[in-house]
Amino acid sequence: MPKLIKGVGCPYCGSSCDDIEVLVSDDETKVLEVHNACIIGTNLFHHANDPTRPRLPRKRQPDGTMKEIPYEEAIDWMAKTMLAAKKPLIYGFGSTNCEGMSAVARIAEKSGAVLDNCATICHGPSFLAIFDNGYPSCTLGEAKNRADVVVFWGCNPMHAHPRHTSRYSIFPRGYFTQKGAMQRTVLSVDPRETDTAKLADIHLMLDQGHDYELFDAFRTVLRGHDIPDVVAGIKKETIKKSVEIMKNARFCMIFFGMGCTHSDGRNHNVDHAISLTRDLNEYTKCSIMAMRGHYNIAGPGQVWAWQFGFPYCIDLSKGTHAHMNPGETSSVDLAMRDEVDCFVNIGADAGAHFPIQPVQHLKKHPFITIDPNFNMASEISDLHIPVRIAGVDEPGVVYRMDNVPIQFKAVLKGLPGVPSDEELFNKVYERMCELTQTKPIWLAAKEDRRYPESEAVI
Amino acid sequence: MAKIHLNMITQRSIEEGAAMEQGKTNPNYFVACSICEMNPEDMKRGGIMKNTNIRVTSECGSVIVKAIEPTQYCPPGLAHIRQGVWANQVVPPRTQSTGTPQYSGFPVTIEPAPEERLKTALELVQGAVGLWQGGKI
Repeated sequence: MPKLIKGVGCPYCGSSCDDIEVLVSDDETKVLEVHNACIIGTNLFHHANDPTRPRLPRKRQPDGTMKEIPYEEAIDWMAKTMLAAKKPLIYGFGSTNCEGMSAVARIAEKSGAVLDNCATICHGPSFLAIFDNGYPSCTLGEAKNRADVVVFWGCNPMHAHPRHTSRYSIFPRGYFTQKGAMQRTVLSVDPRETDTAKLADIHLMLDQGHDYELFDAFRTVLRGHDIPDVVAGIKKETIKKSVEIMKNARFCMIFFGMGCTHSDGRNHNVDHAISLTRDLNEYTKCSIMAMRGHYNIAGPGQVWAWQFGFPYCIDLSKGTHAHMNPGETSSVDLAMRDEVDCFVNIGADAGAHFPIQPVQHLKKHPFITIDPNFNMASEISDLHIPVRIAGVDEPGVVYRMDNVPIQFKAVLKGLPGVPSDEELFNKVYERMCELTQTKPIWLAAKEDRRYPESEAVI
Repeated sequence: MAKIHLNMITQRSIEEGAAMEQGKTNPNYFVACSICEMNPEDMKRGGIMKNTNIRVTSECGSVIVKAIEPTQYCPPGLAHIRQGVWANQVVPPRTQSTGTPQYSGFPVTIEPAPEERLKTALELVQGAVGLWQGGKI
């Protein structure tokens, strides 16, 4: 008898929808139906049924082919390779749970690695702006219940976060927004007329790459000064009208995305957006939020900031303390300068989503991929270790784009013999300790289960 | 026919996301991502027939993709390749000291290449690192 599991979290985009229902076979090994999810989430759950999913690690042979090897051998090779490297780079974590992110930190410390996550090629510039200028943000629940003006600046949730508009930002009826979409004014700032822009009351089709000027014009108008007749391709009247709408909102919500962080200006665009939010709070309530891409990409920011004090680009190679300086300790820059001599790609696909030059540089050295499925990175790796899929056959804590933690469930039994990210990293750490003849240090809740006799337990 | 110069952006689309979650070697991923959306005016200017292959060249490489009319309106002068393997053959890795490459807003030249063949994702990535053996591994 198939079983319907309710309240399932979707491990795809930063909306982290937690109202998914999944119908699974009675032996809990197959996904039969997925309800409530968007097409991407639906495909993701069904992809777990793929009979060709790898069940054993694969190691590249001298002739270029891949050969299956036992987990013990893979763990040993990974531990030895990382310890032998002067400065390994561990990158990824778009698709893992916080338990895995926490566990990998021990390996990173032990091997003196640089620890980085997908934010480095995504919302990294937003972090830089947030460090400088603060983050006057809120939760998605507040946006849903309060926002009557919603601005999408350089983001296209209809494509990248398909249920964002229906769950949080445009359509839902909230406590103070009982009429849903009828009560909300939507502005879109995008160089293309995207499907999100089509939903907007005003679409500011700016010249691509001129976000900074437009933010500047918004702030200038808001402070009562005049601006040129056209700024960034947008007429003065349209800018003034948009500012007036934002100023007269009861609660204005600004969502920003890759249009700001991937274009010229990068962190400076986001810096301006945050300042605009602050300026608007002179007149009304206004909040801002980064449209984080993955369901738990806010996770490493939370977990590692707690462990090391920094959310990404964490250089642990000094061995004494963590050091962060994006541009210097960021994955793509390190790769382009040939500064790392081992690359570990975890729950992400650097092979497909890095520009190809850094991939070519990284491939000069041992290249390891830890991912439940085949992807571009796994297919150029020297070692591919499969793990369980967080949110599908492995439960765990994830942080939604508004930094709200959610406990995700597993809907399937994991493939026999395939470990979770956390289990794998703990084994690699134990092996590293054996090789270096040091005693593992387990902190937090783990040691109660694993090492009750450990002196570290307080 | 003269080459045309456009401003390239590479961003997400739901087709790309849906296909990616079926696997990057899935034919749907190839169909979703090996395309370049451009305004019909630009196509005319470059002598490009819609749904034919073009060569996109940036400061750091080139890639063959199929030119299509925009699925979401793209103004003249702007081109869009969906995020993924094909886009990343031409994305410049310069990061303006932020760690984030120039995924959007870099100059490209585009020329018709109707006789050229589209490469698969695996061929592009494995080929770039010297591992491509005709899809045998």
